[in-house]
Amino acid sequence: MSFLHLAILSPLIYSLFMIFFKKFHRIHTGWFILPLPILLFIYFLSFLPVTSNQKMVTETFNWIPSLGINFTAKADGLSLLFALLITGIGALVVFYSIYYLDRMKEKLPSFYVYLLLFMGAMLGVVLSDNLIVMYAFWELTSFSSFLLIGYWYGREQSRYGAQKSMLITVFGGLAMLGGIILLYIMTRTFSISEIAAESHSIWGNSLFIPALLCILLGAFTKSAQFPFYIWLPDAMEAPTPVSAYLHSATMVKAGIYLVARFTPVFGDSGVWFWLVSGIGLITLTWGSIFAAKQTDLKGILAFSTVSQLGLIMSLLGVGSAALHYADLDENIYIVAVSAAIFHLINHATFKGSLFMAVGIIDHETGTRDIRKLGGLMTFMPITFTVSIIGAFSMAGIPPFNGFLSKEMFFTGMVRVTEMDLFHLETWGILFPVIAWVASVFTFVYSMILIFKTFTGNVQLEKLDRQPHEAPLGMLIPPVILVSLVVIFGLFPNLLSDSLISPAMAEILPGLLGAGEEFTVHISSWHGFTIEVFMTLGVVILGIILYRTFPKWKTLYSKIPERMSLFRLYDQLVEGAQSGSYKLTKSFMTGSIHSYLVYIFAFFIFILTATLIGKGALKVDTGNVSAIGIYEWILALFVAAGAISILFVKSRMTSIILLGAVGYTVSLFYVLFRAPDLALTQLVIETISVALFLVCFYHLPKLRKYETRIRFKLTNALISIGVGAVVTVMALSAHSNKLFDSISKYYVENTYEKAAGKNMVNVILVDFRGFDTLFEITVLAIASLGIYGMIKLRGNRRKEG
Amino acid sequence: MKKTNNIILETALKALLFFIVLYSVYIFTAGHYYPGGGFIGGLMTSGAIVLLLITYDIKTVQRILPINYRIITAIGLLFAIGTSAGSLFFNVPFLTHAFTHVELPVLGDLSLHTATLFDLGVYFVVVGVTMTIIQTIGEDE
Repeated sequence: MSFLHLAILSPLIYSLFMIFFKKFHRIHTGWFILPLPILLFIYFLSFLPVTSNQKMVTETFNWIPSLGINFTAKADGLSLLFALLITGIGALVVFYSIYYLDRMKEKLPSFYVYLLLFMGAMLGVVLSDNLIVMYAFWELTSFSSFLLIGYWYGREQSRYGAQKSMLITVFGGLAMLGGIILLYIMTRTFSISEIAAESHSIWGNSLFIPALLCILLGAFTKSAQFPFYIWLPDAMEAPTPVSAYLHSATMVKAGIYLVARFTPVFGDSGVWFWLVSGIGLITLTWGSIFAAKQTDLKGILAFSTVSQLGLIMSLLGVGSAALHYADLDENIYIVAVSAAIFHLINHATFKGSLFMAVGIIDHETGTRDIRKLGGLMTFMPITFTVSIIGAFSMAGIPPFNGFLSKEMFFTGMVRVTEMDLFHLETWGILFPVIAWVASVFTFVYSMILIFKTFTGNVQLEKLDRQPHEAPLGMLIPPVILVSLVVIFGLFPNLLSDSLISPAMAEILPGLLGAGEEFTVHISSWHGFTIEVFMTLGVVILGIILYRTFPKWKTLYSKIPERMSLFRLYDQLVEGAQSGSYKLTKSFMTGSIHSYLVYIFAFFIFILTATLIGKGALKVDTGNVSAIGIYEWILALFVAAGAISILFVKSRMTSIILLGAVGYTVSLFYVLFRAPDLALTQLVIETISVALFLVCFYHLPKLRKYETRIRFKLTNALISIGVGAVVTVMALSAHSNKLFDSISKYYVENTYEKAAGKNMVNVILVDFRGFDTLFEITVLAIASLGIYGMIKLRGNRRKEG
Repeated sequence: MKKTNNIILETALKALLFFIVLYSVYIFTAGHYYPGGGFIGGLMTSGAIVLLLITYDIKTVQRILPINYRIITAIGLLFAIGTSAGSLFFNVPFLTHAFTHVELPVLGDLSLHTATLFDLGVYFVVVGVTMTIIQTIGEDE
């Protein structure tokens, strides 16, 4: 186990020490946690020189080598980018949570255990090269985020949100597992790098498209893409540090990571291009439109996260088209991939800071409802500064980093129109148009977020507390993030060579020759291009729409509630519950009669089907012995007795008739020369008739009324059917005798080997004594059961 | 249970019981050569005891035969399993029987067979089981 493995597992191991931290009541548990993400961040920074030279670090730790499942940790450009995001933002979130969560009121150990579990799981997802190991960590992220969302488990809404996110992400996770297995079937390996290296061999395989769909399902559910985004707004019930960490910077980007990671494998297919970029664009637009409708600050941020994730997703989809153009210098679609990675970083910075700012507002005023808030600018100047920078970056306003990535986004989308594959000659124009519309709405909700909260009139009477600025510790993390927003905005090429270019090399590996690397140059001004005018249009139309927002806001209420996906999910869950309840109720009637009907109907069906299907139906009377007069008479007796049982009125009569049938059977044994059987049958029949009579004697008086068996058509049909099927089967079995009986052996050896002359008895106690041994055990159990039922009745009565 | 002076039944029982028990022992011991064996022998012995039960009441019969039939069942199972497992000590598979002919002074040529011990287990179990069932149901109110 190498140091890299240890680094991945360190949060999980560290969480075990939480019981010791609990002892220090006076110190906030978060202080003990804080050093770990910082150390990890520094540790991962040490990989930068390696990865920026297109190299990677691979360490293998054998787990289940016989199945090809080994914990292979691989740190390359793409993994490292995510690892730095996870640990860096993780450290800030832990710091923020120290001031956000109260030491006395909250159950801090559980919070930090869940958070550490999540951090370790995320690191495992991005740094594993083995798909099964990655899947294990993937489910651990779902599980730990379930725990974190339900952290305040006393609240109904928290539990609902946690359950919803669990159901949706685990659904996608299982689909992903299916995709992984399909990939394994095609390539016989679980290693992502090996699959990517021989990806051309699986193109055109019949399992290629199913595997692609399964993997994408996993990525879309995790990254809250349309229509699976519905869990994310409900996950806002989590504590704000959790929302900032999981639902803006890390977990929701696991799907992005997955898509980026699998682009070398699947990126060549048109299905991949259309699904990733199409779903991304739909999510982008849908999320941005509905974000403006929200009145809860975290609701706005949740929908904006959905929308921004859609943006990154669509960029990755468009970037996969670059694989079709081999020429590196002329390849204009590479910019989409660099835009995706750049925006990934930017989104983590500004969305993290916005969540933290919202957390501060919630913490200091007691509400997140923008209808109650307003005019907080003078009370919270620092929070206001943080928010306005974050929101302007989100809206794509210069000079912040969001502006740059939005420009690159437009560039990528505009260049789609020049593509000449996947029918893009005709449909390509949709891409920039949709992207532009979505950006306008992004601008609108960013403005709502800022100006509804911080400007206007203060409504002190609606607030629980007198608003004031947050403590310094709470402000430091968002300020750090916001300064990154500004720094990346002013010096965008700071990260190009160290992070963005190596990550791109992992997403588009086929395009690079030996020793080559992508040159990423992000500039804030490149002349009067179409992108600039698009941004200008976004700002102008955005301002107009924001100004007139109260007028067209009513349009939202025109959308019927029934059409909403949230409603659909609820109906689905409820329908599944009530549907399965109804289904179970419909056949689990609790009546033994109906169960017997199912059993016998199935019996008839399966035997008839087999008899006919196998062609076994055959009646051969060649080897049948002659039937004598005695047999006829006895058969008549048995039949008469059996049939008359059905028609007698009194139970007593039917018991006696049953005895008559039993005694006739023993006569049959006499006739067919089975003296032992005849003896036993006689005695046993006597005993069972006596027991029947005892039962009859003990029947409660109320039930003793005498009546005939009522006629029911189903019963008659089924009993006739069973009789007919069994008869036909017996005849066919007799006619299809394939081998001689083995009884010859017994005849010859009964005296020679077992020193007996009664063959039946010798078989029972010697040749096949094992059966007898357990038959007498059955008898013993039966007698003890009767003894227990009768003697221990008193106890039951007391309990009941 | 016993209400009237049932002198004919009681007298007849005294003569019959002996024959029934004797017949059941015969049918048990002859089982390896003629129809019969532990099962039917056990059933007949319990038949004799049932006849006792019918003639007298349960308490009287328990005084005559102070037997706990559940223990008889257990003894029978022990016999059967012991005979079967005994073969393991002689390095042969489970349930391998052994037999031999012995010349005894009075009884003459006698064949001894471990299968008889197994059958004796069956006999005891059957007696124990039947009597347990009948007695428990009979005692129930």
